Amino acid sequence: MNKVLLGLLLGAVLGVFDGLTALWTPDPAIRAGITGIVIGSTFKGLVAGLLCGLFARKVRSVPMGVLLGLFLGFLFALLVVLNVHNYYFRIILPGSIVGLIVGYATQRYGDSPANVPVTTR
Amino acid sequence: MKFLSDKAVDHLRQSANLPDLSGTRYQLLDRVARGGMGVVYAALDEILGRRVALKILDVSVPEGELARRLNREARVLARLEHPGIVPVHDVGTLSDGRVFYTMKFVEGQRLDKHIETVTSLPERLRLFSRICDAVAFAHAQGVLHRDLKPANVMVGAFGEVLVMDWGLAKILREGSSEAADDDPQATVVQSSQSSDLPPEATEATQITGHGTVLGTPGYMSPEQAAGDIANVNERSDIFSLGALLRFLCFPAASTKSNSSWRQEKALDAICAKATENDPAKRYAKVSDLSADVSRFLDGLPVSACKETIFDKVLRFYRRYTVPILLIAAYLVMRVLLLAFPHR
Repeated sequence: MNKVLLGLLLGAVLGVFDGLTALWTPDPAIRAGITGIVIGSTFKGLVAGLLCGLFARKVRSVPMGVLLGLFLGFLFALLVVLNVHNYYFRIILPGSIVGLIVGYATQRYGDSPANVPVTTR
Repeated sequence: MKFLSDKAVDHLRQSANLPDLSGTRYQLLDRVARGGMGVVYAALDEILGRRVALKILDVSVPEGELARRLNREARVLARLEHPGIVPVHDVGTLSDGRVFYTMKFVEGQRLDKHIETVTSLPERLRLFSRICDAVAFAHAQGVLHRDLKPANVMVGAFGEVLVMDWGLAKILREGSSEAADDDPQATVVQSSQSSDLPPEATEATQITGHGTVLGTPGYMSPEQAAGDIANVNERSDIFSLGALLRFLCFPAASTKSNSSWRQEKALDAICAKATENDPAKRYAKVSDLSADVSRFLDGLPVSACKETIFDKVLRFYRRYTVPILLIAAYLVMRVLLLAFPHR
């Protein structure tokens, strides 16, 4: 499995899971909009996975990949929060960690094309 | 009447023992070590201006079989062109009739000394894999080493691994010009007889006369130790490699920071399979042994042992420790956020 596909799959799976956790929130309004939340969360994971996968194909550096994943996860979660104007902590923290996991996994696993320069930073 | 001091006498004795390199292109620099075949010196190639290792018969050892073997060792080495095998530059005869050959001067440490600084198990296994590469190449060329042990492996200053001392090498391929040189009737025994070689030589291996050959207890295969020359083949070297792997991975209890390696069941199984008393139960090829070590390094199941469910789970966890911990951290955080929604 190549790194882009791995990033997409992992981003989608974690995104779906991240969205589904909204089912356990006490707010009924959130539970009612679960479909939109899951779709949005999955899309967020897909984009983060795609970008992390593409980055991992170009640069082989676990710290850089982790930082990029963390940043993308944080950024997308922040965009969501800016629309919702609520649940800052509960959206940004898990979103960032999902990005971090995707960033790490795409660096560490998955097939990459030959002759990729290795960065030790 | 003046008497020479003991120091002066020792100096004269040593000088008398030094080989006469007149008539060759080499200038003697220093004595490096003694091997089973003779003494190794550092010498300067005056034509090319480079340092070489010059191996020469010990003064007190008579010519004949030993000279023939040294000459043969040079020819064996010359046909083994591999990054993991020390290359031979030249072979010749001194004015006193002794055979010598020169090879690349490897600046580094013997493996047994080098690993004292290597505390990482994967790094040790990677070193072992490189030794396997060199031995596998030799086997592919029809050459057995027959004396693989830590003292016969050098690790260079840049991490290069070189298999040394091919003095006991056996050539398997029929039709080779070397085949006739090999002694099919030789038996393999640990030599404890006195010789003119110093203690550091006897602790390693020694050449003896017709019908006896050297070996190092613990590294020599049972068939080799029993003198069953007909059954000495690639699997005999595999036994030695297994013993070498055990030395690298399960050092003496006194060695610090290695106690956790003893729990490596798969690694232990690889060593056990390689050092089976019955050659038929060992790995068939060095590449098979090396592949098992690589699989262990990659966190994959090895062919040497069957896994229980617990072993599989443990291996999976070891292989994916970081992602598992990351996902666990994510789940814990999620649970905490759900458990304390208002904080």
